[in-house]
Amino acid sequence: MELRDNVKYAKTHEWVKELGDGVVEIGITDFAQDALGDIVFINLPEVDDEVVMETPFCDVESVKAVSDVYSPVTGVICQVNEELADNPALINESAFDAWIIRVKDVKEHEDFLNAEEYETFANEEA
Amino acid sequence: MELKTPIYDYHVELGGKIVPFGGFLLPVQYKTGVIAEHKAVREKAGLFDVSHMGEILITGRDALANVNMLLTNDFTVMEDGRCRYSPMCNEEGGIVDDLIVYKIKDECYLIIVNASNTDKDFAWMTAHAFGDVKMENISEQAAQAALQGPLAREIMTRVCRAEELPEKYYTFTREMEVGGIPCLVSRTGYTGEAGYEIYCAAERGEELFRLLLEAGKDLGLIPCGLGARDTLRLEAAMPLYGHEMSDEITPAEADLGFAVKMNKADFIGKKALEEKGPAARKRVGLRITGRGIAREHCDVYIEDRKVGETTSGTFCPHLNHAVAMALLETSSASVGTSVSVDVRGRRIEAEVVSLPFYKRA
Repeated sequence: MELRDNVKYAKTHEWVKELGDGVVEIGITDFAQDALGDIVFINLPEVDDEVVMETPFCDVESVKAVSDVYSPVTGVICQVNEELADNPALINESAFDAWIIRVKDVKEHEDFLNAEEYETFANEEA
Repeated sequence: MELKTPIYDYHVELGGKIVPFGGFLLPVQYKTGVIAEHKAVREKAGLFDVSHMGEILITGRDALANVNMLLTNDFTVMEDGRCRYSPMCNEEGGIVDDLIVYKIKDECYLIIVNASNTDKDFAWMTAHAFGDVKMENISEQAAQAALQGPLAREIMTRVCRAEELPEKYYTFTREMEVGGIPCLVSRTGYTGEAGYEIYCAAERGEELFRLLLEAGKDLGLIPCGLGARDTLRLEAAMPLYGHEMSDEITPAEADLGFAVKMNKADFIGKKALEEKGPAARKRVGLRITGRGIAREHCDVYIEDRKVGETTSGTFCPHLNHAVAMALLETSSASVGTSVSVDVRGRRIEAEVVSLPFYKRA
């Protein structure tokens, strides 16, 4: 599985990247996109929607099934990656580059794992 | 406890993602993924392990009488080497299973049933057996591969004698060699493409699978899993038991009236179907026009009135949009009707379209 050192990981298989100025970027991990298979649709949320830590903020559909994507932080969505609306397969192509939302006013977040801890965790789950 | 087909180890070797299905462990996809596997079948060829399907042999002087009583279709006039599709009904007219009958010869019929229903079907058939008839569940002795796609025939001719291949749809050659392995080969399939279903002894199943993949490799043949099998059959609007059919859905409701011969003297369920009259609900195709994918068990509305429920649905890789099949009130079921489908609390626009969604050129 691909891993990046410049992001933190949630046990629900999302990654979080700090962009500075209190804004974070969120996506799903390479492990997650591989488990899902070909992603054909993503039900994107909207700018100004609130997200709550450990609560789903959108869902992603592969050919066979639907999966919830959980927010690792509590905050307000300030940007949505509209590119994914027409091309959700970008997540399969490069999960760490295909960010889903950017969140500001982050009030709290769950305990994150680093790349090594996440790799161990994901391998145990598999 | 799930069973393995004779080809299981090879699926694992090929990198198949194994899942439980119908009591068996089978690949839902390989590393290629569902979309690539689906497209391969539409554009070149794909190979499926379908050994999980059930095979029941019915022989004896009263074989035809039993087959005609158990099934809604009429098997009286049928040549050797022909296949015929039929629902099998219960006394209320609901569907126990849908299946294909292969007439080997007089007094000898091979019936192919759904994997998840094999034991149920065999118990049902034997419970209703009469006269001079023998019924054998030979599922464990058979392996089966399905080679489907526009290049299927060309690939087969590399490993068998072309003149022995069945040409017409729904015919079969009872005994021929494929790569030296004795096989029964039928011109049948569950994808909407031309192709073959190939049966051999279980112990030669893996050998058959390997040699077919090898024979078609340079033409683009790839192994395909259950995921693609489902998207392909849905695109071709082929019904699936447990979705478009169940013991509470009649053949007329499932749009299988063509396989019910009411002028037969008798068959299990005939009386109930006569009493029911014209179907109040029927199977239709929906093209999803809004954003989203409808799956099974989604309520279908016209304005605020519920008019039915979806039975299957997915995103179609070849057509590049979502489709669903649904059971709707007959009065709301005409082509062109606008409906909305409740997908996890959100209403998505859809339109009733004619079936199949895809038909090969």
